[in-house]
Amino acid sequence: MNGGADLGGLMGLGPISVEKNEPLFHAEWEKRAFGMTIALGACGQWNIDTSRYTRENVHPADYMVTPYYKIWIDAAIRLMKQRSMISETEIETGTAIDASAAVNRKLKASDVETVLSAGGPANRPAQGRPVWQVGDHIKTVNNHPRTHTRLPRYARDKTGEITKVHGFHVFPDSNALGLGEDPRWLYQVTFKSRDLWGEQGNPLDTISLDLWEPYLRALQ
Amino acid sequence: MSPEKNSSSHDHGHSHHHDHSHLTDIDARVRALETVLSAKGYIDSDAVDKIVQTYTTKIGPQNGAHVVAKTWCDPEFRKWIERDSTAAIHSLGYTSRQGEHIEAVFNSDTLHHLIVCTLCSCYPWSVLGLPPAWYKSPPYRSRAVFDPRGVLEEFGLVLPPSTGIEVHDSTSEVRYLVIPQRPEGTEGWTESELSRLVTRNSMIGTAVASAPGDRR
Repeated sequence: MNGGADLGGLMGLGPISVEKNEPLFHAEWEKRAFGMTIALGACGQWNIDTSRYTRENVHPADYMVTPYYKIWIDAAIRLMKQRSMISETEIETGTAIDASAAVNRKLKASDVETVLSAGGPANRPAQGRPVWQVGDHIKTVNNHPRTHTRLPRYARDKTGEITKVHGFHVFPDSNALGLGEDPRWLYQVTFKSRDLWGEQGNPLDTISLDLWEPYLRALQ
Repeated sequence: MSPEKNSSSHDHGHSHHHDHSHLTDIDARVRALETVLSAKGYIDSDAVDKIVQTYTTKIGPQNGAHVVAKTWCDPEFRKWIERDSTAAIHSLGYTSRQGEHIEAVFNSDTLHHLIVCTLCSCYPWSVLGLPPAWYKSPPYRSRAVFDPRGVLEEFGLVLPPSTGIEVHDSTSEVRYLVIPQRPEGTEGWTESELSRLVTRNSMIGTAVASAPGDRR
């Protein structure tokens, strides 16, 4: 979606604010929001792409000024409300009122280390062969879905070169919508700065993105 | 980002601190939420504690510094990480989430790498821990792909005009780790001595590794 999260190339946002000796968390609520987001993910009621889609699916003005862990916990709350796991009244009163929804699992403290260490790989057993090989030149699609996609606006309808074949990975555009993992070939595609940014680009610089096969077309 | 009133010298422009009554509201809401989620049986507060504790004490840039120092010292490891970064990094025990697929990228005199996620905040947690606020902020995410040289200058890093920059926009589940150049004057240093020169920012690409100085 062309939302507030698709920030590449946007101007006027001012200098980068770097905090000296920045703490890992700025407030107790950030710790809890972070930890709860991870713990809720383990319930298995949504996937990481659905999470990202929910986080970016807010008013762009709000997105840009909301603290990051608040974006996370607000998205988790919306996902839980959609699944009848909680209600606003329950949050406002700090009390469980309605019956609990069934969840796939609950993360126990004793399993945290194992679950975090195991991670969750996004590659899947390959089906077929990749269409493109390293060195091929391609064009990205000019496509503006209203739903989740990982092809940023600044890299649409641009010419680039395949610089790596990463493997066969879950396709976020499908997975975010709950349509299944729909794995596709994933490539590293390298663009010349000038091909993305014209005169304002630098002739020496490049920008590499990881893009799935449906985002790519043959050069005409 | 609205400029904050009464701003202290740190953190100008972050939304984290700009409105204390608002923050109190968030604090209370998050606490209430945790109570409800625990009562409804979705989460265990001890597990939340353990997750926070893991990222506070176990998973952080020290992991990446180990990877970089080993790459500098051990020619066999360097070959491996160049060929298969994920396997080489996993072999050191850094297998945790947001590091399932990793590409190490190698700085040289002619090429400097910079990592960003313009669409959200993808970051190699397994080797760098949780990202700093600036990495997730709209100013960094918007500009790293468009004006990387300007961004680096803001971090105090001016590259020779002849050095190319490759920016990696982390759009998939593949995470990127910059292997900075080994500083001169570190011949004969051990891996653990070298690892102290490897800052978090040097592994994102907004800095180079520290000079030897008195770090040994």
